[in-house]
Amino acid sequence: MGHGFSTLLYKEVLRFWKVASQTVAAPVLTALLYLLIFSHVLEGHVKIHGVAYTSFLIPGLVMMSVLQNAFANSSSSLIQSKVTGNIVFVLLPPISYLEFFAAYVLAAVVRGVVVGTGVLLATCWFAPLGFVAPLWIIVFALMGGAILGSLGVIAGIWAEKFDQLAAFQNFLIMPLTFLSGVFYSINSLPPFWQQVSHWNPVFYMIDGFRHGFFGVSDASPWHSLAVVATCLALLTAFTLNLLKRGYKLRA
Amino acid sequence: MSVAIRIQQVSKSFGAVQALDRVDLAIEPGEFFGLLGPNGAGKTTLISALAGLVRPDHGTLSVMGHDVQSDYRAARRQLGVVPQELVFDPFFTVRESLKIQSGYFGIRDNDAWIDEILENLGLTPKAHANMRMLSGGMKRRVLVAQALVHRPPVIVLDEPTAGVDVELRQTLWAFIRRLNEAGHTIVLTTHYLEEAENLCSRIAMLQAGRVVALDTTANLLRRFSTHTLRLRCRGEMPADLVLGAAQSGGWWSLPFDRYEDVEPMLARIREAGCGIEDLEIGKPDLEEVFIRVMQGETQGEGR
Repeated sequence: MGHGFSTLLYKEVLRFWKVASQTVAAPVLTALLYLLIFSHVLEGHVKIHGVAYTSFLIPGLVMMSVLQNAFANSSSSLIQSKVTGNIVFVLLPPISYLEFFAAYVLAAVVRGVVVGTGVLLATCWFAPLGFVAPLWIIVFALMGGAILGSLGVIAGIWAEKFDQLAAFQNFLIMPLTFLSGVFYSINSLPPFWQQVSHWNPVFYMIDGFRHGFFGVSDASPWHSLAVVATCLALLTAFTLNLLKRGYKLRA
Repeated sequence: MSVAIRIQQVSKSFGAVQALDRVDLAIEPGEFFGLLGPNGAGKTTLISALAGLVRPDHGTLSVMGHDVQSDYRAARRQLGVVPQELVFDPFFTVRESLKIQSGYFGIRDNDAWIDEILENLGLTPKAHANMRMLSGGMKRRVLVAQALVHRPPVIVLDEPTAGVDVELRQTLWAFIRRLNEAGHTIVLTTHYLEEAENLCSRIAMLQAGRVVALDTTANLLRRFSTHTLRLRCRGEMPADLVLGAAQSGGWWSLPFDRYEDVEPMLARIREAGCGIEDLEIGKPDLEEVFIRVMQGETQGEGR
């Protein structure tokens, strides 16, 4: 990875940082509102795996923010560059498709982690958190961010207009993240929906992440790691193939 | 010495549209080369293929001996492209844009050269302005600057003066001329044929994806265009002169090759009792060449 890669990464990070009120502060506030509303309604009524509801909810909100913002970063950067035409600035230089991929995905992970940390800092005052196994927390945050960052690259390249990207976000990313156990344990669902949730890779990202806080989870963290790592490998291969072929970028 | 740009048998179609049809071109280092043609002739597609933005269906392209596909890193380092569309990144200032563009080419600490480019393009006062705040002309200058950050030996400008004021055109051409004199190869597309005539030593004309004329500017002018004596007069034009002449809006256009021919022509007109009201001499120009080539003439009707 050369200086071209590090410059593209720097530019992608600088891009969201320059508008941090929209890209960082706004999602932190949204997560905080979810916390205030749901914990107000459910705290004291529900305990999951022996954990109080607000404590249970916080890691879910943090991870949901990591994932949604990682996706938003790469996809919106690419669609904006394509629509305005300034994508040529990164297509003309000698940047390889591998560097291109790594820079966009890594910048997405950075945005996800920055927002996730912001959500954690804003919400950790409301309930005790364990931090039982910090390594799991880090591993799932990074891998989940990379998966959604890759999906963002795919969506950003595929979409030709903003409404196509919005469709991708509203009909795929939002349902996957909301129906993943952010707000509840899937064990509390009817058997059918439990089965459905087991096919949602985002469930494993959030479940594994939460395991790092409390040491308890719906699935074994090793099982979750295997699912998440497989997803990441497949998506990486798929995205690299698109970029190598120049799909929708080089006619 | 290898050629600066070699384009061999390049074809590209988009659906049913044949954008490029077996294009062959070789451009020598240090040339100031013009690529002309009507809209949709394939100029931008050809430039895009050279820059690796478009992948040709057939044929190969190389920049300074480096194939643009198989050796794309080296090829792109040798090439600076000023795109036709007025594109910019609204998140950054002028200087940030140029520093970032340098980084993409693997160049650190490029400030001295960036300062020089800014100065030469009259951008120094705008260095810290956000791209969004610039006028169209200023954005165009930044596009030129961005193409030059890595000091490419080959510079391609795709209609750089479209919709640009006189001052920028002159600043731009003075700078590009200096780069050309310093040894850079320049390829230019433009709809301003006067610019091409003044700047380019050699010209290729494209029509429907094919090269329909390729020669030095001087030869093209000689082959396809003649001097004309244009005049307005009272009375009958002598029949022998009318033969080769054209008339429009009360003006007669009489073609001639050498200035010595003018005097006998004027004498014939006087003898015929024609009173000359107005008179001018038209020199060969590229516009006439262009029109004739596009109308399908393959050689001049030199007299």
